[in-house]
Amino acid sequence: MGGVLALTRTPVVSGWFTETAADGGFRLLGTRCSACTAVFFPREDAYCRNPHCPGGGELAEVPLSPRGRVWSYTDGRYRPPAPYVSDPAEPWEPYTLVAVELEAEGMVVLGQAAPGVGVGDLAVGMEVEVVGGVLNEDADTRTAWTTWRFKPVGGDA
Amino acid sequence: MSADVAVLGAGMHPWGKWGRSFVEYGRAAARAALADAGLDWTDVGSVVGADTVRSGYPGYVAGATFARALGWQGARVTSVYAACASGAQAIGTARAQILAGLADVVLVVGADAAPKGFFAPAGGDRPDDPDWLRFRVLGATNPAYFALYARRRMAVYGDTREDFALVKVKNAAAGTLNPNARYRKAVSAEEVAASAVVADPLRLLDICATSDGGAALVLTSMDFARSRGIGDPVRIRAVSTVTPTYPRTVLDLPDIATDSAVAVRPAAGSFRASIARAAYEEAGLGPDDLSLAEVYDLSTALELEWYEDIGLCGEGEGAKLVREGATALGGRIPVNASGGLASFGEAVPAQAIAQVCELTWQLRGTAGERQVPGARAGITANQGLFGHGSAVVAVR
Repeated sequence: MGGVLALTRTPVVSGWFTETAADGGFRLLGTRCSACTAVFFPREDAYCRNPHCPGGGELAEVPLSPRGRVWSYTDGRYRPPAPYVSDPAEPWEPYTLVAVELEAEGMVVLGQAAPGVGVGDLAVGMEVEVVGGVLNEDADTRTAWTTWRFKPVGGDA
Repeated sequence: MSADVAVLGAGMHPWGKWGRSFVEYGRAAARAALADAGLDWTDVGSVVGADTVRSGYPGYVAGATFARALGWQGARVTSVYAACASGAQAIGTARAQILAGLADVVLVVGADAAPKGFFAPAGGDRPDDPDWLRFRVLGATNPAYFALYARRRMAVYGDTREDFALVKVKNAAAGTLNPNARYRKAVSAEEVAASAVVADPLRLLDICATSDGGAALVLTSMDFARSRGIGDPVRIRAVSTVTPTYPRTVLDLPDIATDSAVAVRPAAGSFRASIARAAYEEAGLGPDDLSLAEVYDLSTALELEWYEDIGLCGEGEGAKLVREGATALGGRIPVNASGGLASFGEAVPAQAIAQVCELTWQLRGTAGERQVPGARAGITANQGLFGHGSAVVAVR
């Protein structure tokens, strides 16, 4: 299967996460408005969306909490349409989606679960952490598209 | 001054997978609505089209497309896009034109020819589009969002999959009585339970299908209705269309995250509840005055949420209502007497208009076997991508 090719790891969207945060871990990246403290993920770089913001602030990059609690979860038993990348020649492997409440930011972030984490491994309110992962590999461009994943804290997955 | 407008005509092209152009469906629905109103197309002073994004330019300029198909006659024209709320915003636009004195007779039309399977974003490589991103990065389909809400209800309120199935059973039973519905077969709870899981905990029969279809209304000023000898028409008393309030704390299509609540405390109540509340305030009535409601049952679990959001019961009590049969035909407050999206499927620009068609027939007392006895007031509720929400109140 071409496993000998060295793949370049490239974020599926640039600037949404870092694999080398100050604490050495994987962190989602948002932006924070210096005028009103509002936090945005996905990052908002052009303007603050808080209607009560006094204005005049700047939007600075900020790493988000590495952990949160499950707000809800589901899975995808059928192949989603493009632009989701999957190989139609391969049998469909369902993925798990987790909506995670980040307490410090007061926001819910949606992400795929780490490989091996199914809906049976999750419960609303369970603590999870964000980790890096690969969304899909593109042999033609020798690219591994990286993304964020959630997995239960202390889990083996 | 009354802010009412009269509904003189309602018409549909039956829902299904017919394989024809949306223009044909819209034209057929428009002709049916005009015939119902006893008016000619040349009597129409303004046409408002609800857009579909799946048919290229003719779909983007639906108002002119329908006007051309009916035969150019010089009417004022408007095209409206608001995703699943397109039809409601088209009705809102028509009503505003009538109340502003810009037109006496307005034809509202929505129609769609939907693809099979999941709705997908517009094509191309578009990382600036949140709708494209949720598919590319997460594979998050519309049913995935519906499933997140369903799972959350199970965890917070104790709803069960069996409760969700009861909604499908109820709506399918109503759909058997509706000649415009795509599905006209009764469905049992066992059949729901035996259908394939699409997005856990929701199964195929918990989620509405995509369909072709068309719906149209002829709206007029009250003076025009009286001039035609119609003194007591069905009246539209309110059309709310609101955006959410920052910070929006419930994950909604097509977003990947909610707003942060660190800078501003969230307002009490949900966005969906604010849609109905605005309509009740405008109409000067409340949930206790309703004879029936038509809500977007994109999933069975979502219908239960609407019960709470339109004020039929308290938060978390939706499942109790369906278990008691309160929202079935013959119950205290029937919801989706038409059969709902469960029986029709989604024909996006048409469905909010179809909801008002149903209210019209119910309030006239001409809904046949699915008639809600003595219906005097009804509400519709719908929601589209990107923070659109609308509700229509109609009375007799």
